[in-house]
Amino acid sequence: MKKIAILGAGPAGIEAAAVLAANNCPVTLFEKEAQPLCNITDKAFLFPNFADAAEVAAAMRAKLDNPIITLRCNTEVAQLTPSYITGFQAENLTGTPVWKVNDELYDIVLLATGYTPFDARRKEELGYGIYPGVHTSLEMEKMIREGKIVNSLGESPKRIVFLQCVGSRDEKSGNHYCSKLCCVTAVKQAIEAKKQLPNCEVFVYYMDLRMWGQGFEEMYRTAQQEYGVNFIRGRISEAGGTFDGRVQIKAEDTLLGRPLKMTSDLLVLMVGMEASKGTRELATQCRICGEYGFAQTKDPHLHDCQSEAHGLFVAGACKRPMTLTDSINDGRSAAYEILTVGSINSTYEQ
Amino acid sequence: MANFGFKISTPRSIDLDNADRTLYEQMLEMVPSYRYCIGCGGCTATCSAGQFTDFNIRKTHFLFSRRQYDKLTTDMLPEVDLNKCMLCGKCSLVCPRGVNTRGLIVEMRKLLLN
Repeated sequence: MKKIAILGAGPAGIEAAAVLAANNCPVTLFEKEAQPLCNITDKAFLFPNFADAAEVAAAMRAKLDNPIITLRCNTEVAQLTPSYITGFQAENLTGTPVWKVNDELYDIVLLATGYTPFDARRKEELGYGIYPGVHTSLEMEKMIREGKIVNSLGESPKRIVFLQCVGSRDEKSGNHYCSKLCCVTAVKQAIEAKKQLPNCEVFVYYMDLRMWGQGFEEMYRTAQQEYGVNFIRGRISEAGGTFDGRVQIKAEDTLLGRPLKMTSDLLVLMVGMEASKGTRELATQCRICGEYGFAQTKDPHLHDCQSEAHGLFVAGACKRPMTLTDSINDGRSAAYEILTVGSINSTYEQ
Repeated sequence: MANFGFKISTPRSIDLDNADRTLYEQMLEMVPSYRYCIGCGGCTATCSAGQFTDFNIRKTHFLFSRRQYDKLTTDMLPEVDLNKCMLCGKCSLVCPRGVNTRGLIVEMRKLLLN
């Protein structure tokens, strides 16, 4: 059998491992954190059906329960080099390229190293890290999960403002792309906030609301219809602190054509997705680093799980911003490509 | 012909068929980033002049781009009076699309007000 390494035990990596194992291919799954699925377990509920994130994560983790899947947590892959770069071809008994993952050799590598959230400090004018009332969407998710949405004084907030496109669709952050899932995440969090705090006023500031997925538009409607969430079309240009620990924001209500200001207990910045450190570094080492540090695929239509490098496959949010559903499907596609294109017959024996 | 006291009202609609493109083309040459605007209103929100007057830079931009030059000159609506801009450039700092908004005002003044 060929030796297969999967880098990253997120949704894409786990799904790929499960499918490969179901086809009797032993895989080794590398994860830099102590646990798999860190980006799921820090969520409360998942759009569009408000599924319990912990339950979904548990179901995914159960897929790893297979003796031919080796999960290595706390193992960061720092080195990923193909034989034709390092020149250790002589070590390779058959002559096909092998991959050096840290110090071990593998025939096939699946890069599933994922994303990292945009660092909101880079948008200084929005006051994250400066004013206590400004939070990221991840911190908001944590407050929702713990059922403790509080303002900077630890009190129940009377107003919450969400701002879309922080670090996405923004030339000043260097990210021209749309992160794709913040729109619906803000709607989800707005609904959650209203469920926990029915008397709290909730506002969402947006440039465009992209409700592209199944059930997203319905969630948007539910937010308006059942929860009274207010949507304002305008980008917040500045946020400042008030003497009592709240946040004052400035925007234009572009549908009225007038500048607008308001004070809120909380300002939640919907941070976008960027290529993770691992994605950037490993994609660069393998020379498949594409725009914005994401991994470049061979072809966006026909070979989206393959890379230009022989034996190197790519899946999930290391390629571009992706939802959980997309990542799972993508991991499955990658497994299929490995089983077919990757020709799993043994060519290299250690 | 007898005068019956009727007159024909000019339609309110923006007529892109008969609009004059010349100034628009000139603007694109001078400020190529002009066409990147997605109308988020960040510029207007942060505009120094807009805090104290009814000046709205986003509207001036869209009136120009829809070739409604008379609204910016002869009509000189207070919202789009180009003279109100102080050229401080804060709008350029917040623009997520990197539009040279300050340059835009300077060029609009040159093209329309001179």
